[in-house]
Amino acid sequence: MIAVIDYGMGNLRSVSKAIEHVAPTADVRVTDDPSVVRAAGRVVFPGQGAMPDCMRELRGRGLYEAVIDAARDKPFLGICIGLQMLFDRSEEGDTPGLGVLPGRVRRFAHDLAGSRGEKLKVPHMGWNQVEQRIAHPLWRGIATNARFYFVHSYFPEPADAGLTAAVSHYPDAFACAAARDNLFAVQFHPEKSAAAGLQLLANFTTWTPALRRDTRPA
Amino acid sequence: MGLAKRIIPCLDVTAGRVVKGVNFVGLRDAGDPVEIARRYDDQGADELTFLDITASSDDRDLILHIIEAVAAQVFIPFTVGGGVRSVNDVRRLLNAGADKVSINTAAVQNPQLVADASGRYGAQCIVVAIDAKRVPGTVPLRWEVFTHGGRKATGIDALEWGRRMQALGAGEILLTSMDRDGTRVGFDLELTRAFSDMLEIPVIASGGVGDLAHLADGVLHGRADAVLAASIFHYGEYTVTQAKAFMAGKGIEVRL
Repeated sequence: MIAVIDYGMGNLRSVSKAIEHVAPTADVRVTDDPSVVRAAGRVVFPGQGAMPDCMRELRGRGLYEAVIDAARDKPFLGICIGLQMLFDRSEEGDTPGLGVLPGRVRRFAHDLAGSRGEKLKVPHMGWNQVEQRIAHPLWRGIATNARFYFVHSYFPEPADAGLTAAVSHYPDAFACAAARDNLFAVQFHPEKSAAAGLQLLANFTTWTPALRRDTRPA
Repeated sequence: MGLAKRIIPCLDVTAGRVVKGVNFVGLRDAGDPVEIARRYDDQGADELTFLDITASSDDRDLILHIIEAVAAQVFIPFTVGGGVRSVNDVRRLLNAGADKVSINTAAVQNPQLVADASGRYGAQCIVVAIDAKRVPGTVPLRWEVFTHGGRKATGIDALEWGRRMQALGAGEILLTSMDRDGTRVGFDLELTRAFSDMLEIPVIASGGVGDLAHLADGVLHGRADAVLAASIFHYGEYTVTQAKAFMAGKGIEVRL
């Protein structure tokens, strides 16, 4: 069973529909029940809206511990705010995150300019290239620099460069995907990224990551 | 290389059907929103916009079925607008599967709606649609906001209104020139550029597209972040694929 974590912050239909589209036999459940998250074989942690609200809803629904536990040992996919919440802290409302991944989430500057001097808008909205930095089962069948759909004003800055699975440029390089052991998290929206996004979700539904060393049975 | 400029086909829907005769070769049902959305996805459309032009409020909920059906089968972002009056309307459209909701007349009647909807669901899903018309003989150029599908003058300065909508939490502006809408002579590039230079949020140019050069002009001269068009795509004159190839040939970064 694949649990899509619902903490009341809007539309999760597109995430669950996209997973059902690529894995028609999968049992996909949109849930705010910690016990369902604990029972799931895979967990998707999506998100939209403002991070302070997301963190508050997560706590209010008793999902905080369940998410941290799932991130420890299950195939786990964070999307957008779901990626940002995994880090230690966000500049958005100076909000503490779950601290699963070391690093901060920062806002794009207000005066960004492109290579021809053109003004770059915030939010960073639209299709940008995703330059893969590591080989990973979730990149299978996806070319490096394939375009994915983004909509965000904040981006992660991992404290450990080894966590960066891909970067995009706006105009400077920023981490748009992070990976460690059973965790994979993306700033873009695979559920809205046409063929490339569906391929990533399909890869996730069949991914069997190696267990972390410290959680392997003795 | 970086962020691509977006091409957005716009579809008018009423009572659950796409209207204005979308004309694709081999389409089984010319009014089926899902089939049309899938065609545009195949052509490489970056987003879709559905404008609900349903006159009767009794039939308004039919758009929800369209959204649900499209969201289950087409995996690119789409915006829904038309008749959005309350935060509850926004909620229902988002829950049905819309990625963004566009607010037009109701924003003028109650600007707080934009702040409330943005505060609740995030700026990323709130598009404010502005219908702007030139005020004749003004130097510098001025535009006035119109509502009710361009029928009703408001006396509001369009640029001032754009700034206010950004401040209240709009994530994007869908900017339509009422002077150019339906004329096929190209965007009002001065209007587009004035908005794009002034605002920090993305601007979608709309109104007046008659050929592919107009789309490129919207980006190169209007400095739009995205271009929206209806008839040139619907009647099969050009595909989105052709539009992108043309824009790429002009040096514009697009998703191919």
